[in-house]
Amino acid sequence: MGQEILIEAIRAKLGPAVEGIADSYGDLVLILRPEAVRSALAALREMPFDYAVLLDLTCVDFAAGQGRLELVYHLYSLSRNVRLRLKASLPAADPAVETLVGLWKNAEWLEREVFDMFGVRFEGHPYLRRLLTYEGFEGHPLRKTYPWRLGQPRLPLKDDV
Amino acid sequence: MEPLTRIQREARPESMLINMGPSHPAMHGTLRIMLELDAEKILNAECEIGYLHRGFEKTCENKTYFNLLIYTDRLNYVSPLINNLGYVMTVEKMMGVTAPERAQLIRVLMSELSRVSDHLTCLAAMAMENGAFTVFLYMMKAREFIWDVIEFTTGARMTTSYIRIGGVRADLHPDWRGSLATAVRETRKVLKDVSGLLDKNSIFLGRTRGVGVMSKEDALSYGWTGPCLRSTGIPYDVRKAHPYLVYDRLQFEVPVGECGDNYDRYSVRMREMEQSLRLLEQVAALIPDAAPLGGGPAIEPAEALARSRLQRADERVRLSPNLEGSEKERLPGLTAPDPLVGVPAKEDTYTTMEGLISHFLFFMSGKGIRPPKGDVYFSVEGGNGEVGFYIVSDGTDKPYRLHLRAPCFHIVSALEQLIKGRFVADVIPTFGSMNMIGGELDR
Amino acid sequence: MSGLSFLTTRLETALGWGRKFSLFHYPFITACCGMEYMSAACAHFDIDRFGAGLTRFSPRQADLLLVVGTVPHKLGPVLRTVYDQMLEPKWVIAFGACAVSGGIYQNYAVVQGIDRIVPVDIYIPGCPPRPEMVLDGLLKLQDKIQHQKQDWRWARKS
Repeated sequence: MGQEILIEAIRAKLGPAVEGIADSYGDLVLILRPEAVRSALAALREMPFDYAVLLDLTCVDFAAGQGRLELVYHLYSLSRNVRLRLKASLPAADPAVETLVGLWKNAEWLEREVFDMFGVRFEGHPYLRRLLTYEGFEGHPLRKTYPWRLGQPRLPLKDDV
Repeated sequence: MEPLTRIQREARPESMLINMGPSHPAMHGTLRIMLELDAEKILNAECEIGYLHRGFEKTCENKTYFNLLIYTDRLNYVSPLINNLGYVMTVEKMMGVTAPERAQLIRVLMSELSRVSDHLTCLAAMAMENGAFTVFLYMMKAREFIWDVIEFTTGARMTTSYIRIGGVRADLHPDWRGSLATAVRETRKVLKDVSGLLDKNSIFLGRTRGVGVMSKEDALSYGWTGPCLRSTGIPYDVRKAHPYLVYDRLQFEVPVGECGDNYDRYSVRMREMEQSLRLLEQVAALIPDAAPLGGGPAIEPAEALARSRLQRADERVRLSPNLEGSEKERLPGLTAPDPLVGVPAKEDTYTTMEGLISHFLFFMSGKGIRPPKGDVYFSVEGGNGEVGFYIVSDGTDKPYRLHLRAPCFHIVSALEQLIKGRFVADVIPTFGSMNMIGGELDR
Repeated sequence: MSGLSFLTTRLETALGWGRKFSLFHYPFITACCGMEYMSAACAHFDIDRFGAGLTRFSPRQADLLLVVGTVPHKLGPVLRTVYDQMLEPKWVIAFGACAVSGGIYQNYAVVQGIDRIVPVDIYIPGCPPRPEMVLDGLLKLQDKIQHQKQDWRWARKS
């Protein structure tokens, strides 16, 4: 499938869910409306697009300038050997998006990580709990507002200065 | 009081909850598995990770592109050079820089050495946890020979930071062919021995054959890559699918397994090491011998410094080719010609004003490597699978956001499913064959 | 009385000699340094030559705690528990820059040196330390054990 035909097909399939299409160093980037993330990814997972692998999910904090968090999904199609990047912009004050659990099995941990690091709520996630930090950790470390060196020890440390 | 975990909430009152790890010999120190048991049978399992969460991504946002290279060494610390490579090539993709041919070949050489050492360590630990201590000792011996080659050239055994943006740090050690030949020969011998010890060993087969079986569909759904995905029969390898460096010019096969059980993961790794050794020999044949340095006798660094105070020092300065700095004449073969990506030659920095200025410009905060605005994803084939870096640049000398796509994060997320319904003893080989690396899993 | 104190001194020397050559270590391995620990423990460098070859994976059977690698805050209580479970006499080696001081990870996640959680006898710097350095650290610990005041069960409490 050529790039133009692919974009055409995606536009036809997803319709208004796609806010924009861009190209980043040879990778196709789709900008999605946040409320359509789950349905759009579910459609892209099926034929003829066949993006069967959820390669990665992460988030970027643009809260300082734009007041937004940007979710970044990476999909990979084994049959066509191409990658696709999808972005969805969420308000930084109360970021929430529908979960992908049920579509991909690794989504559970990936979303827990993003919740832990950025505080994005994934609605419908069965077990949204901190993954890399621990219960009792306050704040979300990868937010730009979180100080780089602010540790939160779990037990009293000696000569803490 | 911490809230109850899922397994605590869901456990039947009559079953036993038991905790494996994080400080457990087979959990590699950084994974905790909570098990709900009915006698020896695992009814339910929950993994807790993050015991080695070192704040890699946050730290990178506060370091310059050049300085954060050392943190990439410590992600998958069994094959640090591949992590260097992944990061470096991501930045190069953003900046539109290509490393020279010789540097590309050296990079392939180094990544294949790292891959062998990665697989050796994984299988050694797996075999040891299954009781085959001899295999552990044999494989560690082979790894020492591999690390000798790396150490001769890079000056460090593990955390090398050898692969730099634009090229590599220095030329290969003058005697690298000899040490490489020894390493390949010894590793082949060890692989043969280990094959003889394990392939038909009924204890090993009993614990690995048919245990931890992963279907193709589930493997894809979990986002598996690398040897674990290939063990289920899907021949996906980044080196073949999206060739980088000179991999498209080299001959190698992608071994696949049949049913995706622990034994297949073991055998895929064994066969992959053979392919890597094959690649090493091909690359070694492709790398030309370094041209002898021309242009008169070299002077000692101290003398060059003394002379540069009085006059312009044009003589060649004698520096160790791999430990103290690169010889200037060799640099064009090792780093891209772009003056903004590589550290300026040490000879110039010490003896000429222009060299010193360019050194300052490279290291001053706000200067140095500044990729254009935008975001980029690039991946290489690591020891565990697809090592991908996602970098968002805002045009400054520090990344706005750097994210690592860690292959073993996805692999370990399937552990709960694989051990459910099995016995406690099956946890060890299943987890061992996954090659969990804490630095990469928890970042 | 002087005869008795002479005996006690000889007994202390003997105890120290025995203890320094029969170190059962518990490797608390978390991170990169574990690779160098493996090298040090295996045939090439062979920690067994110095009487510390026997690895015990239960803290209750060990008397040397090797903290190998980074200890993040999440792992802090675990390290403390393991240390508390060990029986006296016990020694701790901080293996690698992260265990010594937090190393290059000076950020929100990492404990800046394990001596804030448990007392440390020997610090082995390096990122990671080479096996030769590990062996050197072990020899220094043996020296320390030999010369320290030995506490033993029937020692007179002063």
